[in-house]
Amino acid sequence: MKLRDNDFSAAPTVLEIRDLVVGIAGRAGLPPVLKGVSFDIRRGETVCLVGESGSGKSVTSLSTMGLLPKDALAVISGQIRLNGQDLLALSPGQMKQRRAKDLAMIFQEPMTALNPVMKVGAQITEVLDLHTSLGAAEKRARVIDIMKQVHLPDVERIFESYPHQLSGGQRQRIMIAMALILEPSLLIADEPTTALDVTTQKQILSLIAELQARHGTAVLFITHDMGVVAEIADRVCVMRHGEILETGTIRQVLEQPRHDYAQALLSAVPSLVPRVSRPDAVAAPVLVAKGLGKTYRSGSLLGRKSEVRASYDVGFDLKPGRTLGIVGESGSGKTTVARSIMRLIEPTEGQILLDGDDIAHLSSSQMKPRRRKLQVVFQDPYRSLNPRWTIAQSLTEGPLNYGVPYAEAIAEAKRLLGVISLPEDALRRYPHQFSGGQRQRIAIARAVMLRPDVLVADEAVSALDVSVQAQVLDLLDELQRQTGIAIVFITHDLRVAAQICDDVLVMQRGAVVEQGPAGRVLHDPQHEYTRALIAAAPGRFWDFAARKPLVA
Amino acid sequence: MAIDRSAADKPFLLRLLSGISPRSTGLGPFIAAFMLLAVIGLTVFSPWIATHDPLAMDPLMRLKPPSEAHLLGTDGYGRDLFSRMILGGRISLMIGVCAAVVALGLGILIGLLAGYFRAADAVIMRAMDALMAMPSILIAIALVALNGPSIGSVVMAITIPEIPRVVRLVRSVVLTVREEPYVEAATALGSSTAKILFRHLLPNTMAPMIVQGTYIIASAILTEALLSFLGAGISTEIPTWGNIMAEGRQFFRITPGIILWPGLLLTICVLSINLIGDAARDGLDPRMKKREA
Repeated sequence: MKLRDNDFSAAPTVLEIRDLVVGIAGRAGLPPVLKGVSFDIRRGETVCLVGESGSGKSVTSLSTMGLLPKDALAVISGQIRLNGQDLLALSPGQMKQRRAKDLAMIFQEPMTALNPVMKVGAQITEVLDLHTSLGAAEKRARVIDIMKQVHLPDVERIFESYPHQLSGGQRQRIMIAMALILEPSLLIADEPTTALDVTTQKQILSLIAELQARHGTAVLFITHDMGVVAEIADRVCVMRHGEILETGTIRQVLEQPRHDYAQALLSAVPSLVPRVSRPDAVAAPVLVAKGLGKTYRSGSLLGRKSEVRASYDVGFDLKPGRTLGIVGESGSGKTTVARSIMRLIEPTEGQILLDGDDIAHLSSSQMKPRRRKLQVVFQDPYRSLNPRWTIAQSLTEGPLNYGVPYAEAIAEAKRLLGVISLPEDALRRYPHQFSGGQRQRIAIARAVMLRPDVLVADEAVSALDVSVQAQVLDLLDELQRQTGIAIVFITHDLRVAAQICDDVLVMQRGAVVEQGPAGRVLHDPQHEYTRALIAAAPGRFWDFAARKPLVA
Repeated sequence: MAIDRSAADKPFLLRLLSGISPRSTGLGPFIAAFMLLAVIGLTVFSPWIATHDPLAMDPLMRLKPPSEAHLLGTDGYGRDLFSRMILGGRISLMIGVCAAVVALGLGILIGLLAGYFRAADAVIMRAMDALMAMPSILIAIALVALNGPSIGSVVMAITIPEIPRVVRLVRSVVLTVREEPYVEAATALGSSTAKILFRHLLPNTMAPMIVQGTYIIASAILTEALLSFLGAGISTEIPTWGNIMAEGRQFFRITPGIILWPGLLLTICVLSINLIGDAARDGLDPRMKKREA
């Protein structure tokens, strides 16, 4: 793989956006959401809009589709021209005719974009019903043809399937088939692979590229992931706060970013090259898992019993001050392992030794004194703090449970707020007054209030923007150096794993397929699955921080 | 998205107050609140407002039309209708509030347990199904037959079928919130089960419970009236809207006021409570709220 190097200067312009200003509907006084965005996309070209949450990427795409939420946002000025025609001048009815025919869109979450009670074949056919007057047999032939083009297996069967019977990747292929069946000149893809696993993501990205080459579609691709950008972009627009800060070919932007923000954004992308390994600690392991497994059994008294082995035969040991990464795709059982270690669920087999004691089957009262040694940080910063509690209440919850006097707990909370760089008056505020990254730092502070020996971070940075991600990873690193805490870091993101883990454990379908020092596993993977995972990491050929290709 | 989320995160009293403003709900709930306050004022201060002893009979003054001495006339025993009506309202409202408090108190407790403990869930919910299957009228008749017609029996008869409804509601909230990471984090922080139940889970049930409470009050007042009307309620020594109307039934042609006036007050009262309950539901549930312009 390498960066795309195509010249589109001769191709006709498909989409032309000029000085697009979008504001909050009915509130003229407020600053606009988009402050004069301009760019072009030519035939066959892929333009990536990159930016962190709130940068205005999605508002740009929704404006183009004419799908801005009616009473909330409105185009104030500017032009959006598709093949020379101003879309903003069209009536809603005319715009409806345009959609699917001339411009189409695919979304992040294919499950919610598809109708769950309608067969997918019928849903694709519906597009033809609305925009063509073909006969039934002809329609079916076209639908089958586009389904083959998006490389769906066993097309006849899938035609008759409901969305829930398909995998995430297959659903996204259905969405793409629906979007491209009328061969629109512009395809807008809004984070189409964010909800997918890396191996599926890779397939979808190459599918979009393949169909684009075949039909000459112009693609507006919205993403926050620099790796994806490096894979597919011809040109890149870096957005922040509703403005395009930098535009250029992919090579210009990745090699010589001019704007400070673009530079910062690139530097924040974690490198796939594992960090310099730290010397192995001599201390005894604080947490050991042996043959750990969890099988869910279901079935009623009389009905057939069914078993799901969420994880089995997981073993590792973790020494103070070290970080163990558990890497895998969705459904690999990594979260089950985390929850077993935390004893949020009871494992069905194996041992968990915390400081030498087996905690795998302790009752909740026996667990209580040991809980303070084991703390957890969850993925979603919006749900991990009680919205009705002040930060002070959340932070002191643990210490108060263990009989620490309130004054002491508050003093420690204040100290930790300093460590996570939040002001002291944050104590009196509620979670909704903080950003996602701040909330995640608060969640980490809450976890370390009890001075645990082990911190389990379950996808703790996955919901965060890259620059915020970098801050949270730094915070974890800092805490580890100060307190010698051992971290179990669960992630699907190999880049993050490479930057923070000493040892890595790769899981697939509930089992460990490979484990060892991060440097060895990521650099010289032995198992086929690990190799596939690394090969699928987007933008793996490029070193973003160093702004040059990675030499393997 | 961000806007919705912050609205849902606000403490619920703030949400209640910000949700109910004349701009978003119209004037309805405010008129309802005013009417309800008037009815409550009239009944709570009835001992001072009443012009006569509501129990004093006067055979000479039977079934008189409204006059200066008797504002709304008199009933079949010559008792002052106005005085009986406002005192009766006091009892009716009290029964309503008592039934709501008991049903909510027990219902929330049982619902929390059913939602949180998987093992208890099946047993509790089947018991609730059984309770729900009993019609309140039959329970009331049975209880009154056993214990005699007292306020306690009536409150109990009204409360029993309400409890399962509250339990179901609380349980459904607990089932969702229990899976929230902050509840799991609390477990990891060593919080006791009681603390998780009452500090983390309970506050989430308050919004639907306030709404449910208003409906229980309204339906309890109606049920009480119905029970008294059927003769299964409180004896006529203690006037309630229900038994005043029940007694007035036989004189409806001569003095329809005996049924109409308490009936009017009952209607105003139930309607206002329901309107306020609806407004509270809209205010507390961000999804129900219309988008502000």
